[in-house]
Amino acid sequence: MTVGIVVVSHSRALADAAVELARQMLPGRELSVEVAAGTEDGGLGTDAAAVSAAIEAADSGEGTVVLMDLGSAVLSAETALEFLDDEVRGRTLLTAAPLVEGLVGAVVVAAGGASREQVAAEAERGLAPKQAQLG
Amino acid sequence: MNAAQLTAWLTRFAELVHAQRDELTALDSAIGDADHGSNMDRGMTEVVAALAEAPPDDAAALLKRTGTTLVSKVGGASGPLYGTLFLRMAGAIGDGFAPALRAGFEGVLARGKAEPGDKTMVDALGPACDVLDAGGSLAEAAQAAADGRDATVPLVARKGRASYLGERSAGHQDPGATSTALLLQAAAETLGGVQGQGEEATP
Repeated sequence: MTVGIVVVSHSRALADAAVELARQMLPGRELSVEVAAGTEDGGLGTDAAAVSAAIEAADSGEGTVVLMDLGSAVLSAETALEFLDDEVRGRTLLTAAPLVEGLVGAVVVAAGGASREQVAAEAERGLAPKQAQLG
Repeated sequence: MNAAQLTAWLTRFAELVHAQRDELTALDSAIGDADHGSNMDRGMTEVVAALAEAPPDDAAALLKRTGTTLVSKVGGASGPLYGTLFLRMAGAIGDGFAPALRAGFEGVLARGKAEPGDKTMVDALGPACDVLDAGGSLAEAAQAAADGRDATVPLVARKGRASYLGERSAGHQDPGATSTALLLQAAAETLGGVQGQGEEATP
């Protein structure tokens, strides 16, 4: 079993595209990546109940790492923790990682069987390659 | 404070938000992402519909339903912030309206991590709680919230989308403080005569 990944964004299109980009790194490999993004009517926004449902769907027992874009995505992810069972909440990590770069790093190490702490740490290092390149 | 009284309060808040939807969005378009009016209107319309569809039989259940509806339906940061306000109120409404609003305010502070003077809903809600805790009336609390809202105009935003604007956010009234002032106005209009009465004092 591997750690699950959850992407929280204001935009369904943004989240789906970020997941598509990250999944390029996983040819032929399985990983549970769930998206909670946008409002019910297809607009921009976040929904804490959808985030908690995505966490439950992504969690196979090893826990989840949650990446988010900005503003209400962060507040909704924090609020979503309140709706989870204690057990699931205890193995859910919210990370301040940059969404796109962090997601790429996270899926690679998650698919490799890393712990949720390792996955979150890798996500949070997401800006390092770009910073090294640009100096 | 019973479920019927709280329903009247929330219904009036929904009416005020709907009536001022365009003004709230205009304030948010100046310093934010131009969705506060439409988001709050959508959220409160859903709340009123949810309460009408299956009226909760007690005050705590009603406030919890309100909170869970808002966190799901508003879309913007107001969803988790107002949602947390009502979810925390649900846990304290047995002690009365003022302690419940204070608990809700503390929930908003914990969720949003804003402080007084950051140009947020905190600047309207905090002064209203202070008035109620000091034994003031709901009308006085609503006035304190309105004064707090007005005092956000010169402030530089330090939270939310408006904080990206830095100094350019000064000179604009905060939309969140504006909707919170409506919440207190609605309370003064609908609960003004029943404030302080316990659950047992009402039919």
